[in-house]
Amino acid sequence: MEKETRVLDEVTIRFAGDSGDGMQLTGGQFTNTSAAMGNDLSTLPDYPAEIRAPIGTTYGVSGFQIHFGATEINTPGDHCDILVAMNAASLKVNLRSLQENGIIIVNTDGFGDKNLKLAGYSQSPLADGSLSKYQLFQVDITKLTNLALADLNLPQKTIDKTKNFFALGMMYWMFNRTLDNTNQWIIEKFGKKPELVEANSRVMKAGWNYAETTDVFAVKYEVKPAPLTPGKYRNINGNQAAALGLVAAAHQANLDLFLGTYPITPASDILHELATFKNFRVKTFQCEDEIAGITSAIGASFGGALAATTTSGPGLALKTEAMGLAVMVELPLVIINVQRGGPSTGLPTKTEQADLLQAIYGRNGESPIPVIAASTPSDCFTMAFEASRIALKYMTPVILLTDGYLGNGSEPWLLPQEKDLPSIAPKFRTDPENYMPYQRDDITLSREWAIPGTIGLEHRIGGLEKQDKTGNINYEPENHDLMVKLRAAKVERIANDIPLAKVDGPESGDILVVGWGGTYGTIKTAVERKLKEGKSVAHLHLKYINPMPKNVGEILSKYKYVLVPEINLGQLIKILREKFLVPAIGLNKVQGLPFRSVEIEEKIDSVLGGKL
Amino acid sequence: MSILVDEAVNQSLVSTVKYTSKDFSSDQDVRWCPGCGDYSVLAQVQRILPELNYPKEKIVFISGIGCSSRFPYYMDTYGFHGIHGRATAIASGLKIARPDLMVWVATGDGDGLSIGGNHMIHVLRRNIDLNILLFNNQIYGLTKGQYSPTSEAGKITKSSPVGSVDMPFNPASLALGSGGTFVARSLDRDPKHMQTIIKRAAEHKGTSFVEIYQNCNVFNDGAFFQFTEKETKSDSVVFLEHGKPLVFGKDGDKGIKLDGFSPTVVSLKDGSHSTNDLLIHNEKDSTLAFILANMTYNAEMPRPVGIFLAIDRPRYEDEMEKQIDSAISKRGKGQLDKLLNGGDTWVIQ
Repeated sequence: MEKETRVLDEVTIRFAGDSGDGMQLTGGQFTNTSAAMGNDLSTLPDYPAEIRAPIGTTYGVSGFQIHFGATEINTPGDHCDILVAMNAASLKVNLRSLQENGIIIVNTDGFGDKNLKLAGYSQSPLADGSLSKYQLFQVDITKLTNLALADLNLPQKTIDKTKNFFALGMMYWMFNRTLDNTNQWIIEKFGKKPELVEANSRVMKAGWNYAETTDVFAVKYEVKPAPLTPGKYRNINGNQAAALGLVAAAHQANLDLFLGTYPITPASDILHELATFKNFRVKTFQCEDEIAGITSAIGASFGGALAATTTSGPGLALKTEAMGLAVMVELPLVIINVQRGGPSTGLPTKTEQADLLQAIYGRNGESPIPVIAASTPSDCFTMAFEASRIALKYMTPVILLTDGYLGNGSEPWLLPQEKDLPSIAPKFRTDPENYMPYQRDDITLSREWAIPGTIGLEHRIGGLEKQDKTGNINYEPENHDLMVKLRAAKVERIANDIPLAKVDGPESGDILVVGWGGTYGTIKTAVERKLKEGKSVAHLHLKYINPMPKNVGEILSKYKYVLVPEINLGQLIKILREKFLVPAIGLNKVQGLPFRSVEIEEKIDSVLGGKL
Repeated sequence: MSILVDEAVNQSLVSTVKYTSKDFSSDQDVRWCPGCGDYSVLAQVQRILPELNYPKEKIVFISGIGCSSRFPYYMDTYGFHGIHGRATAIASGLKIARPDLMVWVATGDGDGLSIGGNHMIHVLRRNIDLNILLFNNQIYGLTKGQYSPTSEAGKITKSSPVGSVDMPFNPASLALGSGGTFVARSLDRDPKHMQTIIKRAAEHKGTSFVEIYQNCNVFNDGAFFQFTEKETKSDSVVFLEHGKPLVFGKDGDKGIKLDGFSPTVVSLKDGSHSTNDLLIHNEKDSTLAFILANMTYNAEMPRPVGIFLAIDRPRYEDEMEKQIDSAISKRGKGQLDKLLNGGDTWVIQ
């Protein structure tokens, strides 16, 4: 029977199951295939903090959301249209993210008495009518998987591990996707174990066939390719992108990259990624703690490496004193903070934007540090590169803020070419004539980098206040005042070296939505929808926060209202109010989750309607 | 090393001057209290460095916070006065990034064993080729006289007016327990001995841990006089010398023998024992090193001074370089365009 095909502009699917069910892999495969078929997309994994929580419990649920479309996609989706739930707990946890009238596909085997009890259901939601406002499809995936593999004599454990491919096969059918990409991947992954190649491939095909031949699904969907800029793409998440950005910067600067770090969620993947780049002479030093992470990096920087340290909120707190040291000794250093929910241990696997004030102000003394922020997963590449450029040119630590949402979220990335990357040309001082460690460049105010091993430049630096020019210890009141001001002026001058801010939307009007960091895609989507409705609204996204582009004040003055959505209680807004004396309005939510575009749209409407 | 570092630090251009100790004195006034034991350490280091024939521009002194940590300012080498406790971590990063440098750490009992204790144990287990001089004065000097992690139990100080209830660390045992490959002890008032030990530490490949008993004549005067002053020294100290029996006392009248695992003092005068009965020091024997180090706070035993252990083990930075070399020989030198184009890619026409 030929089934009906409906064409859709965009779809969001959430795969959910037990953390051992392979949902990340399933989502990843669906992503790669959709990307290869030309869709634009954005994805977000949702891991539990527990590594292997007891099977079947709600706190062991692992999810993966993909939003893909024939149009530009900027977020992983406010709500999902389709929820694939491998057991009762995953339905319970994820149902709230499903659209009304959305599709639920459940593995009925995951809804036995034990599963229901573990999930906290007193009766089966599949039978009690509670899902009546959704389209529910019940498939005994476990049984069908077993049947498909009946003649292979595989251990039950192995069979159980393939059932996610059944779900993937059904979704491939539903969205008219080819199985080729995943079959290719299966061969590469399991090539040495032909029985696993056969099993996974066969189960995926069985899922596809099941959807094709049974009457369970009456409709399939088509999502056409998106009008993406031609070129070569790969799918990349923010942590991978940040790692590549550092490698690229070191390469362009002709320096070795040194990473001093301590594992912390959700930043560890930057370390994992960099640890594989040994043939680029990348040295990754997994330290005993966060403090050793940054101080070893400072040591490496003293020796002439492009040095970086990576962490998340609590780790940044531990690095505080050493950041002050880096300010004082004026050595280049890149500090990447993949923000997570705080304070304290907080929500380790959830996202938040609440470290901005910590990054800008959180040190003893007058301790200015440039702070920049990435706005999308692939932008982490650009901004890690940029952080390196600024650090090397201005001989300063630089903090790059990303977050768990950007770090783990992924999107197609139009691959940059080496020749298109900006130049970074650090120089070491080699001339011993008249060398003074704290002599400054007239334009940048940065001091020179003189590394051990250079004849005649032997000198001492440290955390005690320096005498201007000579760098000798000095406690004189006027000198301290001068040095404090010089360090601040040096960071301020970076404003001369960064692009002016640009708004999306009209250059003046009723409302300007100002964001920073990972809220970019959500705000962009919301503002675009409001523009389509004819509202006078524009979007400014700040990538450089300290210092800010020189034209920010002028831009803010051109709108009646300034709205600042942040996943914190209002941090950028404090700075905007303080710097520009604007009566900005905040939109603040701190749930460990990204904004939904609709939340920003509602706020825009209410501000325009006079409700501030 | 990277292209840029190679250019700046051209290997063919290392200085080949014959140095004197004066060449290692910086132009900064030394600001330790008159009579401080730190002066002796500075003098012995400046005396030994010329003997090492190592280009001056490749020597770096790194310190944390405390009286001892002013050390780098007085050396005419590269120097880095870090933050409290972190000298070993700063030095680790520098040595890993630049294995061509000779990196020294000047630290104290507070800096190295209290706030920096964590970094200390980890640098020792990694065996990064650093030379650590731990100035032990059993007191906090720079903060004006609180008890330190090596102060004796019951110590009366400003912060322990009725006596400290802390048990002190035995630095040598801590270093051995952390997997140290070179662990030694010396005395500020025995310049010749200190010179020997400092030289051996510099020559050792791997982390060298040298505890130096250093008198703080302001806040803890005489803490080590029993071990350093003529009247008591010979009866109170046993010098460890590789391959030699453990003899001490005035006229060498006493020795140490092993009774099971326990060292005991025997008389060489009363005819009961001869040097043949005595424990022979072997600085390659890590079990023996523990036994000797544990004599430290034993009131029955003389204080062991010298090299407890000197063994060879791979260095962290060398192993890392090997992994890099092997990756380059297997995969070729990293090419950025190849890297950026890696992973699962697709083309949009």
